[in-house]
Amino acid sequence: MARIQPLAEAVADNVRDGDTVAMEGFTHLIPYAAGHEVIRQGRKDLFLIRMTPDILYDQLIGVGAARAMKFSWGGNPGVGSLHRFRDAVENQWPRPLEVEEHSHAAMANAYEAGAANLPFAMLRGYIGADLPKVNPNIKSVTCPFTGETLAAVPAIRPDVTIIHAQRADRKGNVLIEGIVGVQKEAVLAAKRSIVTVEEIVEELAPPSPNSVVLPSWVVTAIAHVPGGAFPSYAHGYYPRNNAFYIRWDEIARDRESFTAWIRENVLDAKPEDFARHAAKHSAKAA
Amino acid sequence: MTDFTPNEMMTIAAARELSNDDVCFVGIGAPSAACNVARLTHAPEITLIYESGTVGTKPDVLPLSIGDGELCDTALFTVSVPEMFRYWLQGGRITTGFLGGAQIDKFANLNTTVVGPYDHPKVRLPGGGGAPEIASNCGRIFITMTLTKRGFVEKLPFVTSMGHGEGGNHRERLGLTTKGPTRVITDLCILEPDPETKELTVVSIHPGVSRDRIAENCGWPIKFAESVIETPAPTETELSVLRDINTRTRKAHEGAGTGKEAA
Repeated sequence: MARIQPLAEAVADNVRDGDTVAMEGFTHLIPYAAGHEVIRQGRKDLFLIRMTPDILYDQLIGVGAARAMKFSWGGNPGVGSLHRFRDAVENQWPRPLEVEEHSHAAMANAYEAGAANLPFAMLRGYIGADLPKVNPNIKSVTCPFTGETLAAVPAIRPDVTIIHAQRADRKGNVLIEGIVGVQKEAVLAAKRSIVTVEEIVEELAPPSPNSVVLPSWVVTAIAHVPGGAFPSYAHGYYPRNNAFYIRWDEIARDRESFTAWIRENVLDAKPEDFARHAAKHSAKAA
Repeated sequence: MTDFTPNEMMTIAAARELSNDDVCFVGIGAPSAACNVARLTHAPEITLIYESGTVGTKPDVLPLSIGDGELCDTALFTVSVPEMFRYWLQGGRITTGFLGGAQIDKFANLNTTVVGPYDHPKVRLPGGGGAPEIASNCGRIFITMTLTKRGFVEKLPFVTSMGHGEGGNHRERLGLTTKGPTRVITDLCILEPDPETKELTVVSIHPGVSRDRIAENCGWPIKFAESVIETPAPTETELSVLRDINTRTRKAHEGAGTGKEAA
């Protein structure tokens, strides 16, 4: 059964140095508050997994928390480069970053294989592309029925998956709505999971019998962190802060301004600070 | 004639390629603008799909990312990302993929991965995302990019997604049954692969653009088809739809705050 606990405790209990960690959320519901807690607790040598690394992994890479990253698209969506990621790959700052690169289709299939307790995923993918030449984890299998050659990638099995969701009930059942990405697969593929939520309610009351629900018994820890997906968004709660995504380009371009930003907004901050992003919007909506 | 910029001409020419019958997998940036201009002008019934899982979306402002809330709010339905790539894309349900890229070669292969060697890149670009499988699984591919020497190169340092490979029947030899890139829409002209060699060839030149200017902006000796037409200039309606959506988009993306309150 999921334990409802403060974020700092959930991270201390479940994220260890050297772990393989997936923080998922496809543009939507990105677990920023939890990622910041991982930085504050000084976790290191992480093997990070995420389809779209986004600003959150730029931050984790920039503080030197990661030894490696498995991903399929490493940019600031609609804005440009992730400068800390680039600095790590191009100049090994603040430390070298090992890279395992895939396509979105392969990553999505690999999470699904992990959730399905299979050793690998297969897809009709990478045809004529160069990634298989540089990534030894892209191989091929032959269909035993038709003889077709298909791409194969190992299943993703994180030590811990961290996601953000709209709400949980007091028993620890979790509801995810909107762009649901690969969060369900990422949680089911992992040994442990942490879910931060906008709200904890008495009754989950899923809006449809087909709603995306993660039952309490597949989740390890739940932390109540309103606003915890900022500057990404929580469908039904607050919108994506595109202005911040644009502004991050400047902050992260330079090592000094990045480090100062991390000190002020992560190291000297706390999970409760995220609440103002959610509160501001609900005040505006009221 | 109304004044327009080369970039506006590019977006509008790209939009004209689409019709009501298209089920279109939309890349972010220039492709997204073109697809939505098509939807708001001559193709109101077009189905737009973004890789975040939103199907049949009708955004009022252009998304900054492929997963903005606007896309989900206005979609007919939204599926998970594994379902999007497995059932809808790999399942062969998408007629048209619309891609952009950092670099393209004469056979319409694209690079969005690295400049320089992969292990020690001079420039690390974002990577492929959905492109490798969009390029192989959609019925056909449109590409839109500005024509520059840096972007249109003789040889790609890295093939992120396959166009026509080494040219000729390379796609068929790899077992692909989809058409691959059929049109490349730039700010100066429109290119099509030669039916035999598959080398990109100029088939339409935008108003006021000279052949020399096209040749100067391309990194390989570019060929012109036997009959080249002039691209019709943007109409008042096309321009006003494009400018309106750009204005709404700018306002929406800047309006969300200064970022100073960022946690």
